Amino acid sequence: MAFTFNEEAEKKIDILVGKYPNKKAALLPVLWLAQEENEGWLSRDAMKLVAARLDLAPAYVEGVATFYTMYNKAPIGKHHIEVCHNIVCMVVGADDLIDHIGQKLGIGRGETTSDRKFTLNAAECLGACANAPCMMVGERYYEDLTPEKTDRIIDELARF
Amino acid sequence: MATEQVKYLTQYREIPGYDDIDVYLKHDGYEAFRKALTMDHDAIINEVKLSGLRGRGGAGFPTFIKWNAVPKNWDQPHYLVINADEGEPGTAKDRDLMNKMPHLLVEGCAISCWAIHSSVCYIYIRGEYIEPAKQMEKAIRQAYEKGFLGKNILGSGFDLDIHVHMGAGSYECGEESALMSSLMGERGMPRHKPPSAPLPMISGIWGSPTVVNNVETIATAVPIIALGGSEYAKVGTGDPSKGPASRGTKLITVSGHVKRPGNFEIVLGTPMREIIEDMAGGVRDGHEIKFIIPGGSSVPLIPPSFIDTPYDYESLGKIGTLLGSGALMVFDETTSVPHLMQRLMHFYAHESCGKCTPCREGTNWLVKIHDRIIAGAGRYEDIDLLLDICNNIFGRSFCALGDAAAMPLMGFTGKGALHYFRHEYEELIRAGNANKQKFTPLQMATV
Repeated sequence: MAFTFNEEAEKKIDILVGKYPNKKAALLPVLWLAQEENEGWLSRDAMKLVAARLDLAPAYVEGVATFYTMYNKAPIGKHHIEVCHNIVCMVVGADDLIDHIGQKLGIGRGETTSDRKFTLNAAECLGACANAPCMMVGERYYEDLTPEKTDRIIDELARF
Repeated sequence: MATEQVKYLTQYREIPGYDDIDVYLKHDGYEAFRKALTMDHDAIINEVKLSGLRGRGGAGFPTFIKWNAVPKNWDQPHYLVINADEGEPGTAKDRDLMNKMPHLLVEGCAISCWAIHSSVCYIYIRGEYIEPAKQMEKAIRQAYEKGFLGKNILGSGFDLDIHVHMGAGSYECGEESALMSSLMGERGMPRHKPPSAPLPMISGIWGSPTVVNNVETIATAVPIIALGGSEYAKVGTGDPSKGPASRGTKLITVSGHVKRPGNFEIVLGTPMREIIEDMAGGVRDGHEIKFIIPGGSSVPLIPPSFIDTPYDYESLGKIGTLLGSGALMVFDETTSVPHLMQRLMHFYAHESCGKCTPCREGTNWLVKIHDRIIAGAGRYEDIDLLLDICNNIFGRSFCALGDAAAMPLMGFTGKGALHYFRHEYEELIRAGNANKQKFTPLQMATV
């Protein structure tokens, strides 16, 4: 089924477009909205619809969407776990933590569990260096992580 | 004797509910904005000049010069853009500010917009900062409700709208011109700069005068107007009348192998020893400092012998490093410099936008050579090859991202990781050579 915006999303787009002097500037926020409405990723259909809605060429929209890492170009799990592995988190055990989570979930970096609940990725600096190591799951940050604390967080998330 | 610390930004930070407008108003909230509305635009810019405020995002450019450069023909739209794309590894101060003190930024935006005749302000927040963005949106909504934003603010005839704009995961968008591209709905790539193009203050977003400032810079406008520029400038180091100086306070993030990492407000010129030992509790027990990166991952590292250096723009410059965004990272003897640099080079190669050749290709070669050395297939000449590549990136890339990738390795005075820790690279190469039979010639060539 082709991707469409529902009535509520259409209203949100109008508000977003109203913030800028032209429609093109609303591209990033409208792509965010499309991703949210499309189970966390941007399909070709979704990008085409965004292009039509903002009077832009589909190729232009895809060019922008593929530049930014947070627009997912393939389906992802319900809980997207992104563990920071930049230098500060690295020296306090981020790589071990990623391996630990991977073993717990039975997946490697960049992979999704077979029940489509979790996707695991390493992320570049998340800006929580004073509370390293840290990870981001969906919209939320989890800081000062230990393997035990991470286990509890994942067990809690697995219930939803 | 410890440096006397004053707090201009964070004095109320830990008060419960300070992110709410009612609590903020009880602590002199929006008083500085009320004062600013009674002042002439140029008088505000003059206070900022007297304060000696320099851009807190990393470049340290005097703020009043940016504000003064905006043309005075007020009939065309002017924009203020807040750079909240905090991506420099090691830096977490703006996130802390937006989470705990969002109204300070809203008030700072209001004062700054009044000073530069802007009636639209965009806060460009990095995509990962969803929680801080929600805090900002709540604060903006409350400010509208109380009449500090919107039409004819407090009966002054001044209109102002503030919008939050989310990025989507790109370190490059922290660069001023790339940020403007991204705000206009484009790929986050840098644009031409003077002398080949006009300043953003003349022609920025949508060809209109645009001032781009960091979160902390704009928040600092609040204490500057509340206290007066000269009063704010009473603390700090250097004499602004005799050249560049570091006045006032700075938010810093202390991280790495210290007992109490955190976000602190310090008076510029506080010795690094006081910051690391007194504020952050010193290096973790049973370990000693191996090196310090004083201003974010893009600045050259320094050995612990420089620990008594005052933390300000000029003193750090003299020892061959930079204050940058104020991210003080401390590493102990368990850290391997080549491994750390390998990680960092992967980061820069990943974040390079691909617009210019020195950065796009150069960062990739820095990665490949680090990977080769760490895999045990390094060659002795690799160290000089790394330096040669750095030399070809530094000053030759389109924007500062290329410089930022080269600086940790070679420094801007020739003193970076490859100078201070060359022996660690040599040891890895020597150990690799001892096991050379492990690799076939084809593997050696392709690792």
